[in-house]
Amino acid sequence: MTTRRRNILPGFGISTGFTLTYMSLLVLIPLSAIFLKSATVDWHQFWTTISAPRLIHSFKLTLTTSFVSAALNAGFGLLVAWVLARYRFPGKSIVDALVDLPFALPTAVAGIALTAIYSQNGWFGRYLEPHGIKVAFTPLGIIVAMMFVGLPFVVRNVQPVLEDLDIEIEEAARSLGATRWQSFRFVIVPTVLPALVTGFALAFARGLGEYGSVVFISGNLPNTQITSLLIITKLEQYDTAGATAIAVVMLVLSFVLLLGINLLQARSRKFQEAA
Amino acid sequence: MEQTRKRVPENSGSIVTRWFLIASALLFLALFLVTPLLVVFVEALDKGWDAYWTAIREPDALSAIYLSLTAAVIAVPINTVFGIAAAWSLTKFEFRGRNVLITLLDLPFAVSPVISGLIFVLMFGAQGWLGPWLADHDIHIIFAVPGIILTTMFVTVPFVARELIPHMQAQGREEEEAALVLGANGMQTFFRVTLPNIKWSLMYGVILCTARAMGEFGAVAVVSGHIRGETNTIPLHVEILYNEYNFVGAFAVASLLTLLALATLAIKKIVEWKISE
Repeated sequence: MTTRRRNILPGFGISTGFTLTYMSLLVLIPLSAIFLKSATVDWHQFWTTISAPRLIHSFKLTLTTSFVSAALNAGFGLLVAWVLARYRFPGKSIVDALVDLPFALPTAVAGIALTAIYSQNGWFGRYLEPHGIKVAFTPLGIIVAMMFVGLPFVVRNVQPVLEDLDIEIEEAARSLGATRWQSFRFVIVPTVLPALVTGFALAFARGLGEYGSVVFISGNLPNTQITSLLIITKLEQYDTAGATAIAVVMLVLSFVLLLGINLLQARSRKFQEAA
Repeated sequence: MEQTRKRVPENSGSIVTRWFLIASALLFLALFLVTPLLVVFVEALDKGWDAYWTAIREPDALSAIYLSLTAAVIAVPINTVFGIAAAWSLTKFEFRGRNVLITLLDLPFAVSPVISGLIFVLMFGAQGWLGPWLADHDIHIIFAVPGIILTTMFVTVPFVARELIPHMQAQGREEEEAALVLGANGMQTFFRVTLPNIKWSLMYGVILCTARAMGEFGAVAVVSGHIRGETNTIPLHVEILYNEYNFVGAFAVASLLTLLALATLAIKKIVEWKISE
């Protein structure tokens, strides 16, 4: 401790003070409102709200579609990250920039564009529907929308790990007689796994809370109502207490996920430092 | 490093495997990312340029554009100042609770957009904490412009700080210390030493913040009340036009946000390129 130099930089008080005040006023106090509001709801009412069949159905639908889309993104995201990290091909930097499109494109725009593509007369819909594959206004459409918004999370987490991967380790494995598949399975997969799981979890969390891109393609039918939509429906009926009850369940769920992601990232950092 | 990377392709499978993987990745991206991008412009120009211009210049569209710009003009500068202050505090000093603060900074990203809107309804809505007081004083926040601005500020809080923190962390504080030792005051140190170092990541953070401020949908939808020509931002106007089956109008207005998104991506590439120089 005695060896640490004294920090002579100015502005600690004012920058930290401003940061804390601003965060408290704009983020922390408003967020705490939701928990204080839910504390005034009596438990019986809370339970009736969140155990309503329509809501249970929406929880199941939201969890399933988020999970499936995150799992598909883990696969396709790994493929895209691999190709971007390992190979050179014409137009690569444009493709690399394009991966961030879902971050930059407003969700409502993504929503109407996807609906236009997959609806009955759309570019893809007109070829899929004759084969009995309905995408728009079905859970499959919700998965497509969630995949769109979630893809960059997987690619951007996995790509840097693949880029930093030491080629010598792979060469060592190969020269010791490992097949290409074995060196992938036993060298690359274990290194990439923490980043891949983090990307999956982030995409999953994003899917759970997603609204804008999903609401158009899901079409607000009884069997395609996601939980975010039910919060809006409750608010439109001026049922603030009901909306809050649902929101609390979702918030707790996403905080648990966030905590898990942070633990995972801390672990993979330790793993990388040790290596 | 550069050498290692160049050697990689030769070691990563046969030519057939390599091109098969590249082709599958590109096909996937073309179907999932490029098609939605193209469909926006194709649908917007479905009835020709005249219809496109008319849709964009329609009074309700103009007032939506005006409102989105207003929200961005207020939210972006405030969050930029906040981002610089937060990054300065969190990267140049060590203190207890620093890591907690960094985690808290991400909260607006972690909270679902609908819930971000809901918290402001709970604060300022008719049945909210301050609702009765606001009603007594005839102040309108929810279903009015102030609510839209507040929500926009909330969802865009982390952008500038998140871009600056890793960059300023990597830079350390030696350069600032040297300036101070040589007699510069705090402001001079910031403007002559820190700012030139962070200008590219700052610029990218501001652009991201602006794009999100103009494009936020879920959170703003909750607090806006959808009053046409009054509390509709660009994305909310897109929703209304789309639900009225005015597809040319919806996609024409959406194409403005799409162009903004494409500009964001282009600037990101330029910034990455500048930083690596």
